[in-house]
Amino acid sequence: MSGCSSRTHARRFALAFATGLAMTTAACSTLAAQTSAQPVGARPTASAPADSALDAATRSLASQLRCPVCQGLSVQDSPSELAQQMRDVVRQQLENGKSPDEVKDYFVARYGQWILMTPPAAGFNWLVYSLPAVVLVIGAGMLVVLVRRWTTVPPDAGMQADPNASGTMR
Amino acid sequence: MKWQRAVVAVAIAIPSIGLLGFGLTRDPGSIPSPLPGRAAPAFTLAAFTNGDSARAATMDSVRLAALSGDVVVLNFYASWCLACRDEHEVLRTIGARYAGTDVHFFGVLYNDSPDNAIRWLGEMGTLPYPSLADPHSHTAIDYGLYGVPETFFIGRDGRVAYKHTGPVTPDVLIGKIEQLRAAKRVAAGGAQ
Repeated sequence: MSGCSSRTHARRFALAFATGLAMTTAACSTLAAQTSAQPVGARPTASAPADSALDAATRSLASQLRCPVCQGLSVQDSPSELAQQMRDVVRQQLENGKSPDEVKDYFVARYGQWILMTPPAAGFNWLVYSLPAVVLVIGAGMLVVLVRRWTTVPPDAGMQADPNASGTMR
Repeated sequence: MKWQRAVVAVAIAIPSIGLLGFGLTRDPGSIPSPLPGRAAPAFTLAAFTNGDSARAATMDSVRLAALSGDVVVLNFYASWCLACRDEHEVLRTIGARYAGTDVHFFGVLYNDSPDNAIRWLGEMGTLPYPSLADPHSHTAIDYGLYGVPETFFIGRDGRVAYKHTGPVTPDVLIGKIEQLRAAKRVAAGGAQ
């Protein structure tokens, strides 16, 4: 009698645990995909030997700017003509002594914050950064509550030998 | 218990569906420009064709600063751009209407060669105003261009008043121009 109950209990816990694990993995991989989509800075190109600091600075900055004529590509990664010309503008402005932030401001003044691959974490944009964490916490909370509810053996369960009774449990 | 669950499900589903529905009404290709209200980026560009207006015939290069106090309409176009064909007749007609007034139209060629553009204009009909070459798209980038056609309306105060994305219509063109022309009359009337 008690053996049967504990086996059901263990099976139920395993099922709940597996479900929880799958959900957490899914949530984490979504989060990881989101963060990995952001530019990591300068990306060395295959055919680039020893580059000057200017080239490196241009690449780093261009990979933080969004290409206006592409879907989800940076100015650095896009082969389009406009992106090429924008890289030239970036390079020229850096050459003329502008700081990377000043060059970024130049593009933001013309294209808006849209041009930045990573939106600044300020104002409404905070939502983009905080929401995944908030959803993860809520999910974890729900998981704890649900797993506890699923795995708690109601007091009358031990009295019933019939495993079918679990279907009508409240 | 059952109806409570239904209420929760509906309370989650309705805003989610609403948000997705709102997303469908938005065009991810249209980027809001921060330019309107700001000073129009200065440029000096060479005209590769003067169009057929008498006044334009004397211009070799165009400097935006020299036109301050007047209304300027900048139309970015290219011979490879299909949507530019749709607005071409509108620009020809309305451009001709304002020839010789305090409203200056300019075409700015975007990622195209003047030779191609001249051939295209010969095919489509020449414009009544000059077309300017923008060799490395510096002016296009200065204006935050992301495609053609795009039309910028610059007021008498030298500020970008409005940016139109896509083929321009007669209503938009005349409406915005008249609004900007009227600005001076109001200012002059207030000063007297």
